[in-house]
Amino acid sequence: MSSADERTRRRQVLRALAAGACLLVVRPAAATPESLAAALRETFGDRPITPGRVKLELPRLAENGNVVPVTVTVDSPMTEQDYCERIYIFSELNPLPRVLEVQLGPYNGRARISSRIRVGTTQKMSAVAAMSDGSIWSATVDIEVTVSGCGL
Amino acid sequence: MPETAKRGDTVEVRTMITHPMESGFRLNNVGQPIPRHIVQSFTCTYGGKEVFRAKLHPSVSTNPYFVFYVVATQSADLIFTWTDDRGGVATHTAHLTVSD
Repeated sequence: MSSADERTRRRQVLRALAAGACLLVVRPAAATPESLAAALRETFGDRPITPGRVKLELPRLAENGNVVPVTVTVDSPMTEQDYCERIYIFSELNPLPRVLEVQLGPYNGRARISSRIRVGTTQKMSAVAAMSDGSIWSATVDIEVTVSGCGL
Repeated sequence: MPETAKRGDTVEVRTMITHPMESGFRLNNVGQPIPRHIVQSFTCTYGGKEVFRAKLHPSVSTNPYFVFYVVATQSADLIFTWTDDRGGVATHTAHLTVSD
């Protein structure tokens, strides 16, 4: 084999390897801010979502994105007349924008829930609260992730 | 959760179930997707009345953990039910004794 042929062959091999490397990094399409907007529209329609009355507690920096403690507290008296009906958690960049939805009522006494969630990458997370009077409130926080929630 | 409470007190309830919560987005060692297997819903009833319902998506961590609150109104059972997307159902019952 001439050295020119060998060089061509080498280039082909390198090209094949590069293509392989690209294939390896192909991951399921992440939820883009657009799909988050679509999920919000699907859930709340055209009702306005006002920032406030919701406190979303997440670590500022999560070392392990697989298990991130989260607490959502809604400022609501939780009486028969005025209570928080639902709490939602949304993600901007996880593969799916919806994370968790819970239903509450006056029987809960406190509009506060905690759980553990996966956070795929550094992004914004939101908590949204739907009140019995029809109003919708939200909170958004930034979270930085060192090791991605690979379980996603 | 506590076993006893005073009427009108708000009681903290902590729950956890062992479940893989396989998201369906991971690949196995030969590059094939691992099928999704998640807990889809978790409910709690207190004296037969639903007091908590959660809808879970794949972004909830392995071994789903929840903390929520219930106002102690009567001595009754709290029944917790987890349902997964393969028809698996797990239940747990805890009794709350309420005093005046």
